Amino acid sequence: MGKRVGMEVSIAAAEVVGLCDVDVIAAYPITPQTHIVEHLSELVADGHLDAEFIPVESEHSAMSTCVGSAAAGARTFTSTSSQGYALMAEICYIASSMRLPIVMAVANRALSAPINIWNDHADMMMARDTGWIQTVAENGQEVVDLILHAFRVAEDHRVLLPVMVNLDGFTLSHMIEPIILPDKEEVDRYLPPYKPKLRLDPQNPMTFGPVGMPEVYTEAKKAQDEAVKESKAVIVEAWQEFEKQFGRSYKPVETYKAEDAETLLLTMGSISETAMTAVDKMRADGQKVGLAHLRLWRPFPAEELVDAVKGAKALAVVDRALSLSGGCGPVCVEVKSTLFDRGLSPYVQNFLAGLGGRDVTVEDFETMVAKVGDGLAKGLPMGYEIVNARE
Amino acid sequence: MVEIRFHGRGGQGGVTSAELTALAAIEEGKYAQAFPSFGPERRGAPVMAFVRVSDQQIRTREKVYSPNMVVVLDPTLLEIVDVQAGVPDDGILVVNTKMSVDELRKNAGLTRRLAVVDASTIAIETLRVPITNTTMLGALIKATGVISVDALRGPVQKRFGPIAEKNLQACMRAYEETVVEG
Repeated sequence: MGKRVGMEVSIAAAEVVGLCDVDVIAAYPITPQTHIVEHLSELVADGHLDAEFIPVESEHSAMSTCVGSAAAGARTFTSTSSQGYALMAEICYIASSMRLPIVMAVANRALSAPINIWNDHADMMMARDTGWIQTVAENGQEVVDLILHAFRVAEDHRVLLPVMVNLDGFTLSHMIEPIILPDKEEVDRYLPPYKPKLRLDPQNPMTFGPVGMPEVYTEAKKAQDEAVKESKAVIVEAWQEFEKQFGRSYKPVETYKAEDAETLLLTMGSISETAMTAVDKMRADGQKVGLAHLRLWRPFPAEELVDAVKGAKALAVVDRALSLSGGCGPVCVEVKSTLFDRGLSPYVQNFLAGLGGRDVTVEDFETMVAKVGDGLAKGLPMGYEIVNARE
Repeated sequence: MVEIRFHGRGGQGGVTSAELTALAAIEEGKYAQAFPSFGPERRGAPVMAFVRVSDQQIRTREKVYSPNMVVVLDPTLLEIVDVQAGVPDDGILVVNTKMSVDELRKNAGLTRRLAVVDASTIAIETLRVPITNTTMLGALIKATGVISVDALRGPVQKRFGPIAEKNLQACMRAYEETVVEG
């Protein structure tokens, strides 16, 4: 049985990567991801983890090394944040297009300029179109569980895609809280040994990542799009297996007091916990408010989203990254597109909140719900608002 | 739910105090969060760290705005930091100072309930360094009972290894010597 411990979330993340028998870790330290990588290098240096730790000179090299090691058939992990992700982005497209099951934890952080080391979702949104599966944690336990889940999904021969596990920088990465760490036997039961479908092998040479002429590029991309879409069934299946074994349930779109809600908050990441407290408070005041929160960002869980929000008259969608001058933030774009395609038209307001480490409070959620109620009643135009910006 | 704010200077162990408090509470089967004021760290600069302790699962990621308890690790901070900021009327401040409760109230203009201990002297005499983190935990425990000394033992052993016993001695001595306003 796993044991309940008080632990910094980054350390727990590194511990579970160790329990997963990872073969290769190639990473470059960057705030606020640093403790994850530091602890993994300690585990290897102290002989607790039999893996190659490759301290590369940049994130571009980190992902390049991961591509090589995954293609050679090694279970591979890395971690980054923000500018580090920006530097490795070129190779991230290659990792997913070559169908390499790399797992990466991203301690989400804003992008410069101005230079900002604090939390928002700019980096995961930059990764949106790379073809990686993206899951999102709301607390330390979920970071541990989602990393374990990520290896199982990535390496499944029906998937073979890299997985990014997102955890809010500082807000989660630097938090000490109670976490149930699984023991080795439990991890082994859930995560079978990695059996590569294809691998680089001098005895059996083959080409990975050749040129795709105009005659084949479109077909290659269509196949990749289908692979990402089809991965959802395996992601859900792996969560169901996880629940059977560990008793903790995960779904692509989670809900909280949403059944009879007239107004729904829609969030992603650790602010969802604060939003639950806000929902409790508003429910106590007699307001029919609930919460839908995204656990899976890519593949986008459109059907599950519709199921979660179809009864609501109004939605307050929170985004933590900007799509400058676009109609709304990236999460709200998906929400509106999903609803429009199905002829659904609730009142939707988009709130850009928690940028570059700005706190998102219970009061902020109450204000959002009030604004959406007001907008619906008065027929105000839908759009987006950058919350709490000083004029 | 109880919220605690620690004021120290970079290098004095304020963050460690917060961590040990949370780890002790978790050891007792409670829920807890400990976190620093996120950002770059500088030795000697005023720093804060935060703890939440609850019997129920803690479902908030807000910053701590109105702590019920404040621990001041360094007396020189009283002149430059408003250590009472956001503390509700029934809150308590636990302060490392050579002053008595009455002197401290008068000199620092503090209006909340106070607990005082000369943690710097205890730390120097017991640990030979002016690091007051474990010492002030003894004062916090005496003043509030938010955790128990027994639950602190494991986390202190793990963190301090060979000097754990001395740190526990400093903690216990502070527990004995802390004066808590009635």
